[in-house]
Amino acid sequence: MSLAGTTGVLDAIRADAASTAARRKRRLRAWLLPWLLLAPSLFFLALFTYLPIARVLVESLYDRPHGTGAAATFVGLGNYAKVFADPAFRQAAANNLVYAVGVLVPTLVLALSFALAVQRSTRFSAVLRTVFFFPSLIPLVAAASLFFFIFLPDVGLLDYYLAKVGVSGPNWLGDSDIALWSVIGLTVWKNAGYYMLFYIAGLQNIPRDTIEAAMIDGANAWQRLRYVLLPALAPTTAFVLVIALIQLLTSVDHVIVLTKGGPSNATNLVLYYIFQSAHENFEVGKAAAATLMSVAVLLAISFGSLRVMERGAGTDR
Amino acid sequence: MRMRRHLSAALLAALLCAVAFLWAAPFLWTLVASFRPEGAGSADMASLWPAFAPTVDNFRNALDSGSFGLYYLNTFIVVAGVLAVQCVTVSLAGYAFARLRFPGRDAVFYAFLLQLMLVPPALIVPNLATVVDLGLYDTLPGVMAPYFASAFGTFLMRQTFLGLPRDFEEAAAIDGAPWWAIVWYVLLPMAKPGLIAFAIVSVTAHWNEFLWPLMVISSPDNQTLTIGLAAFTRGAEGGKEWGVLAAGTLLVMAPLALAFIAFQRRFVDSFVFSGVKG
Repeated sequence: MSLAGTTGVLDAIRADAASTAARRKRRLRAWLLPWLLLAPSLFFLALFTYLPIARVLVESLYDRPHGTGAAATFVGLGNYAKVFADPAFRQAAANNLVYAVGVLVPTLVLALSFALAVQRSTRFSAVLRTVFFFPSLIPLVAAASLFFFIFLPDVGLLDYYLAKVGVSGPNWLGDSDIALWSVIGLTVWKNAGYYMLFYIAGLQNIPRDTIEAAMIDGANAWQRLRYVLLPALAPTTAFVLVIALIQLLTSVDHVIVLTKGGPSNATNLVLYYIFQSAHENFEVGKAAAATLMSVAVLLAISFGSLRVMERGAGTDR
Repeated sequence: MRMRRHLSAALLAALLCAVAFLWAAPFLWTLVASFRPEGAGSADMASLWPAFAPTVDNFRNALDSGSFGLYYLNTFIVVAGVLAVQCVTVSLAGYAFARLRFPGRDAVFYAFLLQLMLVPPALIVPNLATVVDLGLYDTLPGVMAPYFASAFGTFLMRQTFLGLPRDFEEAAAIDGAPWWAIVWYVLLPMAKPGLIAFAIVSVTAHWNEFLWPLMVISSPDNQTLTIGLAAFTRGAEGGKEWGVLAAGTLLVMAPLALAFIAFQRRFVDSFVFSGVKG
């Protein structure tokens, strides 16, 4: 009896220990599981997003002569000084500013105009929407190929039809005063339809009552746009502005294909400058310094916009 | 008054048509030029008027002069490889952020979102060094690797999972199903629209990508379509081979363009969502 009782107690203790172990195991698993699930993503993010920042930070401080096998020498901020002193970089930075403003203003105006024009769900609107959106679907390289022939002197699409109305066009890509604007034109054509989509979505989120109330109050089309639609679309505009800026600063495919930054650096952009320093001139230190600067600009844009968007967050996304 | 209303509506429609024509002109020209016989006289090559006797010679020449078959294959491998790995990484991470509670979750989530700002093109220089260190220079996996983790995809899957009711998972959990069975058999089938939206954006982005593959790839055998087209464009300088170049450009755009025309709604919805990622 007493023996049986002891076994019972022992059993109970054993069972209790087992369940504690099982609970501990379960708790460990529950603690581990999220990190196991995140591990594959975190591994690649570390390798190709976080580590690169540290890498350029270090590389930008050293001078590593290409191909000589000589050891890297610490130069402090020497690479930054070199980049700033490089007229090509200064021109690229200035070009980027002109390029960004030159693309953004017409792109946003066109995107909103397109959206207003095709927002109704008729067949006609659907066709137009497709036409306007289509350029954003093709590779930027393909767009560059198309515009290569559009801009070709004398026999290109543009000059051919300008000649029909008696205008002789300039050398669209060869004239250093005009080349950047030709590249801007291509980019506007390529991107406007993409941002149109966001304005269409934004317009659909505006309650019909608001617009109808304005109409009853006798507001004309322009007043409705100025005092009702534009304020309601402000979050959309802020948002489009940010993604457009990031996109503009990180794509130079068309420059590589069409102009290679020329003539005489007229279409050089910062990312192209980085590409050229690294890929063609093998100046790793300079490329790293320039990369770090553009990373700083990208972060500044994003964090700056985060605050703007938080302010407008009540009405949209 | 009514008359004026009609007139302005008609004027607006006419203006719209004119702008739409302008927007479509580069594509119309590509179509026309790619089917125009070579001997049609180079002076009128810019004409938008189609040739009387269309020919497919330009396409044949384009296919012969570039290794388009190989480029298609390489591009397909890159696009499919990136998407396959991404589907795993973003589903797992999306599930963790949507359904599991753990310390540091918000901080890690913000660390993920950093990739939306520091997009891979901005980091081509250090990433190329990493790819070289890993021995992946001039290989297709080297082109794919920086995209295996996707902040946008993770965010999209998280939103998708958050939008699903918990009832099914709870029922499965009571029946003793492990987490992976719940993800695979319960959540993923319901999250298909999210995955498809992500797939469309991912495939489009990597089909069209140029700068990064241009840096990683050096041998002709590993080139993708966009690199081949760029080389082709530079080779066609002088403008004698317009028809062939137009045909080549069409060949590069065709698969995505056809998919877009077939699934227009899905594409547009996906792209709207892709922008909402911020």
